Amino acid sequence: MSVRVFVPGDSSALSVGANAVADAILDEARRRSLDIAIVRTGSRGLYWLEPLVEVETAAGRVGYGPVAPGEAAELFEVDFLAGGPHPKALGRVEEIPYLARQQRLIFARCGLTDPLSLDDYRRHGGLRGLERALSLGPKATVEEVLASGLRGRGGAGFPTGIKWRTTAGVESAQKYVVCNADEGDSGTFADRMLMEGDPFLLIEGMAIAALSVGATMGYVYIRSEYPHAFAVFSRAIERARSAGLLGPSVGGSGRAFDLEARLGAGAYICGEETSLLESLEGKRGQVRAKPPLPAIAGLFGKPTIINNVLSFASTPWILEHGAKAYAAYGVGRSLGSQPLQLAGNVRYGGLVELAFGASLRDLVEGFGGGTRTGRPIRAVQVGGPLGAYFPAALLDTPLDYESMLAAKGMLGHGGVVVFDDSVDMARQARFAFEFCAKESCGKCTPCRIGSIRGLETVDKIIAGRDRQKNVQLLRDLCEVMTDGSLCALGGLVPLPVLSALNHFSEDFAKAPARAAAE
Amino acid sequence: MAGRTAFDANLARTLIDRKRDTPGATLPILHDLQDEFGYIDDAAIPLIAEALNISRAETFGVVSFYHDFRRSPIDGRVLKLCRAESCQATGCEDLVSHLSVGHGIEVDGADEGSELHVESVYCLGNCALSPAALLDGEPIGRLDRDRIDAIVAGAQGKTQ
Repeated sequence: MSVRVFVPGDSSALSVGANAVADAILDEARRRSLDIAIVRTGSRGLYWLEPLVEVETAAGRVGYGPVAPGEAAELFEVDFLAGGPHPKALGRVEEIPYLARQQRLIFARCGLTDPLSLDDYRRHGGLRGLERALSLGPKATVEEVLASGLRGRGGAGFPTGIKWRTTAGVESAQKYVVCNADEGDSGTFADRMLMEGDPFLLIEGMAIAALSVGATMGYVYIRSEYPHAFAVFSRAIERARSAGLLGPSVGGSGRAFDLEARLGAGAYICGEETSLLESLEGKRGQVRAKPPLPAIAGLFGKPTIINNVLSFASTPWILEHGAKAYAAYGVGRSLGSQPLQLAGNVRYGGLVELAFGASLRDLVEGFGGGTRTGRPIRAVQVGGPLGAYFPAALLDTPLDYESMLAAKGMLGHGGVVVFDDSVDMARQARFAFEFCAKESCGKCTPCRIGSIRGLETVDKIIAGRDRQKNVQLLRDLCEVMTDGSLCALGGLVPLPVLSALNHFSEDFAKAPARAAAE
Repeated sequence: MAGRTAFDANLARTLIDRKRDTPGATLPILHDLQDEFGYIDDAAIPLIAEALNISRAETFGVVSFYHDFRRSPIDGRVLKLCRAESCQATGCEDLVSHLSVGHGIEVDGADEGSELHVESVYCLGNCALSPAALLDGEPIGRLDRDRIDAIVAGAQGKTQ
């Protein structure tokens, strides 16, 4: 039997040469007349080790990384097919502390399997959640999700089970399930990694949702910045359909559910659920006023469950193991696991799935190993472009919904971006407004006009004009935007701005740069 | 970029007809047109409006709302350079100034004839390997000045 060699086909791995590495290994094996089979997997999420090559040996799966295409010959010289020693050898991948210390519920299979093989998916525990949901029936499935305490992983943290129960309770000939895969928050990549690395998990989660509320059609709205994820996920849908996992009788249940992947078009606001629905309907992605809630009148005016990729992907585990087992992870009202994404100026960037409650310090220092530049950490932004900047002094804040809120931040979609001491926080505050101005849908005034006025005001502060007065004006503006915006874009942009102003006020008081420096 | 067929109203009509009955067809149609022609020609707007039974103004409103849709044809390669926070923390702004000072290429500049168009994007989901970019849809991680030089040289070679 041929030796199996695993090389990720994840787009991050491709961005550092995984295809060239796979080709080089295959060429070298042919040259040596060795019988190997290359399996393209998702990524394990240990991105600093990409391209991470794994080999199936008698001792388990052992890893080598990061491998350069030019190193293929060396690897064969040291007999890596039997786990031979090499400076890039990592031993058994499961025992790498970065991975071994995680609590992977959603990402347990990602990187292990061929993402497009339904047999592989089943062999590694796939479809057990759906099977249990089918045996429980719709009502008990919804109650299970509700009892698990699962909250929306897109950022808002709204209880998933309540959305499902609401939609289940509405009489309608047509209902929809929509997945928000418009993962626009900078510093986040978990949705992408999952769609590329374990797409059937998302399909299974959406099928569970659809059958439990009586929806027959689903859409996955994927941002256009993720062309690779869109391609992989579209192929996964086709395979699921031909295997009978989607279609007129889901898994032989006699109940219909089908799925379509839709491509976004570069609008950050479409990650807001009502904008996303507008966009799916073929319109400008402008926010809708709520009520009506999408759960009652959503896509094309029909009852619609709309959840994030990670929320849907959590449900197969919950159904398989039970709500109680899920709720044993986490703290307080933040139950289960959160895939955190460690990014920016960090040594060991990657995906870290942990039960809620780990500290920010453990994440950025324990897992991340500090900054890539080796300079001190100055600020850590948690929760994407609308998340707060934490100074080094607040690194002991626990990563759960309530603790982040108490620290005037938010967990959001779990993105964590590290900055070293070269960062200028007044510039970061300026960028928050600039981004908001670019991406505002324009429907409400506080966001549309406020973001521009905010940008101008930060510019005046940076230039040293009437500083005290303008700082006060900035705070007033932030209050208006927080209270008066229609959605979270205008409503949350004050988080990065005020956290920069409050924790890093010295950056707003520097002597203005000479005009020539601009 | 793929495509770059010169705009042809008949071909556009065929593409529009293929998707006109899809629920919420506007974005799928616009993507198909842009994949084929590289941009959304003004002449396509009334065709879409008619097929979907919406006004031209509404159609134009959709085209102009989304950053992805171009209004005029371009040649050359497209580098989408991420300028969001994770890439800021790892020096993307240095790459922006290197492109300008070292190569005379302005990010988001309007030079339609150049071999390499560099456009700002905000997050490509490759944040653990920032700075990140997409070159004609192919992901690039850990981007640095040397890699930028190679991309510029490659784009110039391609069109010579």
